[in-house]
Amino acid sequence: MEKLREYWVPKVLGEMERVIVGMQDPDMGVKMRNQRLLITVIPHAMTGSDIVEWLIQKFSISEEESLHLGNLIVKHGYIYPLKDPQCLVLRADDSPYRFQTPYFWMSTKWPAAELDYAIYLAKKNIRKQGDLIEHEKDYYNQLHKKINHTWDFVVMQAREQLRAAKQRRKGDRIVIECQEQAYWLVNRPPPGVLNVMEQGPERGNCYTTRVQMTKNMDFYKREIEYCKKAMGRTRVKSSICLEAYLKFNDQYMPHDPIMSGCLPSNPWITDDTDYWSMNAPTVTTPTKLRVERWAFNFGELLGDPLGHIQFMEFLKKEFSAENLSFWEACEDLRYGEQSKIAESVDSVYQQFLAPGATRWVNIDSKTMEKTLEGIRRPHRYVMDDAQMHIYMLMKKDSYPRFLKSDMYKTLLAEAVIPPETKKRVFPFMRKQRHSSPSPALLLPSEQDPKGEDKNKALASAAGGGEG
Amino acid sequence: MCDQTFLVNVFGSCDKCFKQRALRPVFIRSQQLSYCSVCAALMAAEGLHENETLASLKSEAESLKSKLEEERAKLHDVELHQVAERVEALGQFVMKTRRTLKGHGNKVLCMDWCKDKRRIVSSSQDGKVIVWDSFTTNKEHAVTMPCTWVMACAYAPSGCAIACGGLDNKCSVYPLTFDKNENMAAKKKSVAMHTNYLSACSFTNSDMQILTASGDGTCALWDVESGQLLQSFHGHGADVLCLDLAPSETGNTFVSGGCDKKAMVWDMRSGQCIQSFETHESDINSVRYYPSGDAFASGSDDATCRLYDLRADREVAIYSKESIIFGASSVDFSLSGRLLFAGYNDYTINVWDVLKGSRVSILFGHENRVSTLRVSPDGTAFCSGSWDHTLRVWA
Repeated sequence: MEKLREYWVPKVLGEMERVIVGMQDPDMGVKMRNQRLLITVIPHAMTGSDIVEWLIQKFSISEEESLHLGNLIVKHGYIYPLKDPQCLVLRADDSPYRFQTPYFWMSTKWPAAELDYAIYLAKKNIRKQGDLIEHEKDYYNQLHKKINHTWDFVVMQAREQLRAAKQRRKGDRIVIECQEQAYWLVNRPPPGVLNVMEQGPERGNCYTTRVQMTKNMDFYKREIEYCKKAMGRTRVKSSICLEAYLKFNDQYMPHDPIMSGCLPSNPWITDDTDYWSMNAPTVTTPTKLRVERWAFNFGELLGDPLGHIQFMEFLKKEFSAENLSFWEACEDLRYGEQSKIAESVDSVYQQFLAPGATRWVNIDSKTMEKTLEGIRRPHRYVMDDAQMHIYMLMKKDSYPRFLKSDMYKTLLAEAVIPPETKKRVFPFMRKQRHSSPSPALLLPSEQDPKGEDKNKALASAAGGGEG
Repeated sequence: MCDQTFLVNVFGSCDKCFKQRALRPVFIRSQQLSYCSVCAALMAAEGLHENETLASLKSEAESLKSKLEEERAKLHDVELHQVAERVEALGQFVMKTRRTLKGHGNKVLCMDWCKDKRRIVSSSQDGKVIVWDSFTTNKEHAVTMPCTWVMACAYAPSGCAIACGGLDNKCSVYPLTFDKNENMAAKKKSVAMHTNYLSACSFTNSDMQILTASGDGTCALWDVESGQLLQSFHGHGADVLCLDLAPSETGNTFVSGGCDKKAMVWDMRSGQCIQSFETHESDINSVRYYPSGDAFASGSDDATCRLYDLRADREVAIYSKESIIFGASSVDFSLSGRLLFAGYNDYTINVWDVLKGSRVSILFGHENRVSTLRVSPDGTAFCSGSWDHTLRVWA
C-alpha cells in the first residue's frame, strides 16, 4: 500500500472541481431534470448526452474528447450514474447521472479511512443479509481480521446508520446510497478496475514534510548571487530570437519525417526498412536530403558519420586533416574514462601539440601556452580552449570551402532521391517485418578504438537484415 | 459587549521548516512570518541578530528576483504566436499506433531509444527492464532490478549497454549480452549513488559518462568505469524530476526540472547554474531541448507545457487548453521542432504546434497515464509508455 499523504491533494482534483462547479451553474450549467427510477422520482439528474454536449460547448472540443474528459470526471467520483451504479462509466445517451455531494469529494474526504469502509461494508452486509459481491466479501473479511478490536463499534455504527436511513424518504435514501457507493467505488475499486487515486512514489515538494530542504541562509545567499549575475547577462531581443525559430522551421521541415513524410516510405507505416538502409551511417550513395543537410551548419556535417568522413577526405586534400583528428581526440578525452585521462592527455600532446609532432596543429601562442601549462595537471577539460580554437578555425575557414568545393558539389549531384514506395496491391497483407542485428552483438575491441566496427554494426542494424 | 477574538488559530505550512503545524505570527524586521512553535522556540534561542539576517536575505532575494523579471521583460518586444502568423498553418494531422509492445507486467515508467532508430529500452514499476526491437516487437533482453519503481532508464550511445535506476537510489549500467550462458545481472555495474530515488539518467556523448537526477535535489555526473563522482549540481530546492542534455557539439550544458517548479540550465564543467526559470505553477515532470539547442520545452503538473528561450532568457510560449486539466508527464519535439508531443496523466497525448501555440491533434489509445514519451532518433516516429503496462509506437 502506498503511503498516504495527509494534507496534500493532487492539483488536478481542484481543476476538476472547478469544472463541476461550472456544470452546476443554474444559468450556464448542464440541464437538470427529474429522473424516474422505477416508481421513485430522483430530482436534479441529467443525461449522459447532456453532459457530453455541455463539455463540447464549454471547451470547444470534439465529442470524442468530451466523452473522454467526462469519463474521467465520473471515474474520479464527481458524477455518478443512477442506473447501473456499479459501473462508473459515462454514456453519451439518456442514462441518468447526478453530481456527487461535496462531502464525498476526493479533496474533502481522502484518504478514505478503513474504519469508514468497514462500516459501509457492514451496512451492506446487514442489508443484503450476508450476500456481498465477491471482492467486497474479501475486503470485509480482511478488515474483520485487521481491525477486529473495533468490530463492535463498526457493527453498532452500521446498525445506527441503517436505522437513521429508514427515517428518510425513499428518494433521499436511494440518493444517499448511490452517493456512498460511488465514493467507495473510487476509493476501493473492484479488481480489474483502474484505481484513479494511484500515485507515484512520494515527491518532496513544498507540501510534503519528508524532505528537509530548509530555506536557510545559504539558499538565499545562492539565490541573491544568481540574481546579481543574471542581471548582468546579455539578453537578445525577443523579435530576433523568435525569428530564429521560423528560420529553423523552414530549413528543417522537409527533413522532418512526421511533418513531411520520408522517401521511399516511413518504415513504421509500410513495414519497409529501405529508408533505414538508405540512410545508414555509412552508405555508398547518400540521399539528397542528407547531403543538403550538411550545408545547414557545421554541427550537421560533423554529426553525420558519412559527412564527417567526407569532410576528413576534403581536409586531407587541403593538408589540414590534423585539425579534425585533433578535435576528435579532444572529444575522446572529454568523454573518456576517468582513469585514462592522464594517458589521453599525453597522447594528444605527443601527436598534436609537442614541437615536431607528426600532426602538429596550429594554435595561437596564447592558447598554446595556457594549454601546455594546464597539461602539467591533466584533467578532462584541459584541451577545451585549444579544441574550441581549432573547431572555430574549421567552422569559419575549412567548412565554407568544403561547401563550395567540387567534392561537395559532386556529392550533391550524385545523391539519390529515393522513389516513393508504390502502394501495395493488397494493402491488407502485411509485409514481413525483418529483424536486424543488434548493435550489442559487436562489442568494442582493442583494435577498433574509434568504433568504426560499431558504426558498421549500427549500419546493418538500422538497415534491417534482408529488408 | 462580547469578547472579540482577534487571534485565529492558523494551521498550515511553517515559513521556516515547511512542516504542516499550528502556526503563530512572528515579527522580524516589521515583516510578519508564520512559524511553528518549534521554529519559533529555536529562533528565540538563537538570538535576534541571525534571524534578522535570514529575513533580510529573503526580502533581498525577492526584490532582486522581481528586478530581474523587469530586466527580462524589457527586451520582450513581440510574442511567438505573433511572429508565427507568417507561417503556414498545419493541415490535417493523422498519427496512429503502429506498434504496441506488450510484455511489462506493471506500469511502464520510462523508455529510451537506441541510436539504431528501432531498438528501445523500457522500465517498469515491478523492477523489470526490457530491451525491445520495437520494429518487430521482439524482446531481446530482460533484467529484473532488485528494486521497484524503476523510474529512469537510458540506452548507451554505442547500443551495447543500458542504464537504469529508481527507488534503489542508484543508477546501474548493464552491458547487453546475447550470450545465453551469461546472466545480465552478473555484469551489472553500480555507478551512481544518491540519497534518494533516481528520477532520470542519460549517457553523455559516450558510454563512459552518465548524468543523473535525483529526489535528493541534486544532479550528478559520473564516470561509469570507476563509479567516481565527476561533478555535482546543487541548486534545486526540492526533488529533481527530469533532465536533458543540450544537443550542441560544442556545448557542455544540460537542463533539469524539479518539484520546486524551477527549470535550471547547468554548466557541466563547473557545476554552476547558468540560467533559471520559474514560471510553472507546479512540479516540472519533463524537460526537452528544442532541436537547435536555443530553447527547451517543459511539461508540468499544472497541465501546461512551456517553451523557454535561452538567448532571450525567458518563457516565450505556453501550451495549454481549458479542457486539459491533468498534468503533462513527458514532452518531446519532432525533428524540425515544429511539433511538440506531450503525454498527459489523463491517458492522452496532445500534439502542439510549437510556433503557433495551438493544439494540432489529440491522440487516444492508452488506458492509463502516459508516463514517458520520446521521439525516435531519426524523427520517423515517437514511442509512448503508459501505466497501462504497454508501450506504443506512433507514426
